[in-house]
Amino acid sequence: MNSAPASNATGIGVFLFFFFATIFLGTTVRFWRPLFQRGQAAPTTDKNDEWGLGGRQFGAWITWFLVGGDFYTAYTVIAVPALVYSTGAYGFFALPYTIIVYPFIFAVMPRLWTIARNGGHSTAADIVRARFNSRTLELAIALSGLVAVLPYIALQLIGIRTVIEALGFSGTLPLVFAFVSLAAYTWLGGLHAPALTAFIKDVMIYIAVLAAVTIVPIHLGGYGAMFSVAARHLPPTGAGHPLGDAQVIPYATLALSSAFAAFLYPHTLTGILAAKSADTIRQNAVFLPIYTIVLGLIAMLGLMAHAAGIVTSSSSQVVPQLFLAIFPSWFAGFCFAAIAIGALVPASVMAIGAANLIMHNILPSHKNSASGARIAGFGIKVGALLCVLFLNAKFAIDLQLLGGVIILQTFPALVMGLLPLRMPAPALLLGWVIGSVSGLWLCWMDGLKPLHSVGSGGFSVAISTGLLALGINIVVTLGCSLMMRALFPSASRLTVPAEQQGE
Amino acid sequence: MKQACLLLLPFVGLLWVPLYNRMDPSLFGFPFFYWYQLAWVPITSVLIWCAWKTGKRS
Repeated sequence: MNSAPASNATGIGVFLFFFFATIFLGTTVRFWRPLFQRGQAAPTTDKNDEWGLGGRQFGAWITWFLVGGDFYTAYTVIAVPALVYSTGAYGFFALPYTIIVYPFIFAVMPRLWTIARNGGHSTAADIVRARFNSRTLELAIALSGLVAVLPYIALQLIGIRTVIEALGFSGTLPLVFAFVSLAAYTWLGGLHAPALTAFIKDVMIYIAVLAAVTIVPIHLGGYGAMFSVAARHLPPTGAGHPLGDAQVIPYATLALSSAFAAFLYPHTLTGILAAKSADTIRQNAVFLPIYTIVLGLIAMLGLMAHAAGIVTSSSSQVVPQLFLAIFPSWFAGFCFAAIAIGALVPASVMAIGAANLIMHNILPSHKNSASGARIAGFGIKVGALLCVLFLNAKFAIDLQLLGGVIILQTFPALVMGLLPLRMPAPALLLGWVIGSVSGLWLCWMDGLKPLHSVGSGGFSVAISTGLLALGINIVVTLGCSLMMRALFPSASRLTVPAEQQGE
Repeated sequence: MKQACLLLLPFVGLLWVPLYNRMDPSLFGFPFFYWYQLAWVPITSVLIWCAWKTGKRS
């Protein structure tokens, strides 16, 4: 355990201080929160809705921090620069992705929120069951959410482990540390813990990133110099083009499929559904893009690492190594605490979202038991821990890609279900099965890559596998709906009651 | 209708990659590719804000 070099002692001290101070504030939130709510009677019921959705009363500010906190994860801080470090401009597809996601949220999420509030739903599967009156479809949606979110939690644990390893520790200690802190944090705090501590994490991440994007170019003589030094270390593309010809379509389709998938995950949807009103969500769609600026700067860290002469074979160590190289050790410790807290916040929202799915949709008879939800959340984290222990980190990233393909298959039921289309549950179910199976099969055939080549002979383009599978899913769903309407014209009149169709 | 156009603009501007897949002109040392995409962040915010206000009025 004492394998850390002595020079790192300050860094470790600073890291531990900030990390535990945040956990302490987060888990004691129920004691100090009423102090800030002048006169408003805080609901003290220990019900599942309170633990799992924060009582559905988060205003614009808290929603902004909560959604921002669980959407821009620690894994983003580590993986996006890692991808930029190894591929250059191509890794920036996260930027268009996290921009176009907001018009999508603006158009779709207030309607889902309204349906969820009116019907008292707290998960995607709840909404789908009520809309299509099908228990099987509900289970399909719940299962997709669980399968997709588990590797995502695993990646957050890996994020915490990465920074602790960068502080000089090795062996199983970093992972045990990551798991225990996450479990304690979620168990005690519920959704209030990540919501109100997300802002500490944001402030810390902002300080770290702003310091990096100021200091590095000063050392290197400006951004122009930084870009040209980085370009010499990166694989060459066509003259004057940051992206090679073969990268253009993958860049656009990955951005689009990621944007569609982003808010179908249980954790992101939990953040949305916990908002106080539909207008809170619209307002947040206007202001959440501020996070994307920070994401763009974080992505730049991958280029800066080249410019600062960081050479590492493990790409997830790019950012920690950069911080250690350019900052004094106390400030590197501060930055690592920011990343670790940045993993804690989304991982606990993910565990809560997944627990909501288990309690509401898979075991609906235990719906109102908050302790049951806590145990389910704990079980999810144990599952994530097993993912980390028994699969190597590379495979966890692949699993997360598969998770993206899986979660996209809930798009027709959840999002197209808002349109005035008559899609019977069996059609959606068939589309879901065929879309999921073909998506997984394509991923498997392509060696777990998120892209699949379409076309033959001289012309072929690689497009996002998730988008391809979603296309298949939609075609099957719509085709099957049309067929069912032709075959059973009377049955198709069984549409939902009007109040469930949004505004 | 107007609202839908406002919301679709970022999709067009960012998914049509050949539009910005080049280095020049650069701005403050940032190649075009990077600053163009970063510029879409405030533009998107403003477009969504307009869509929000349009929706409220109608």
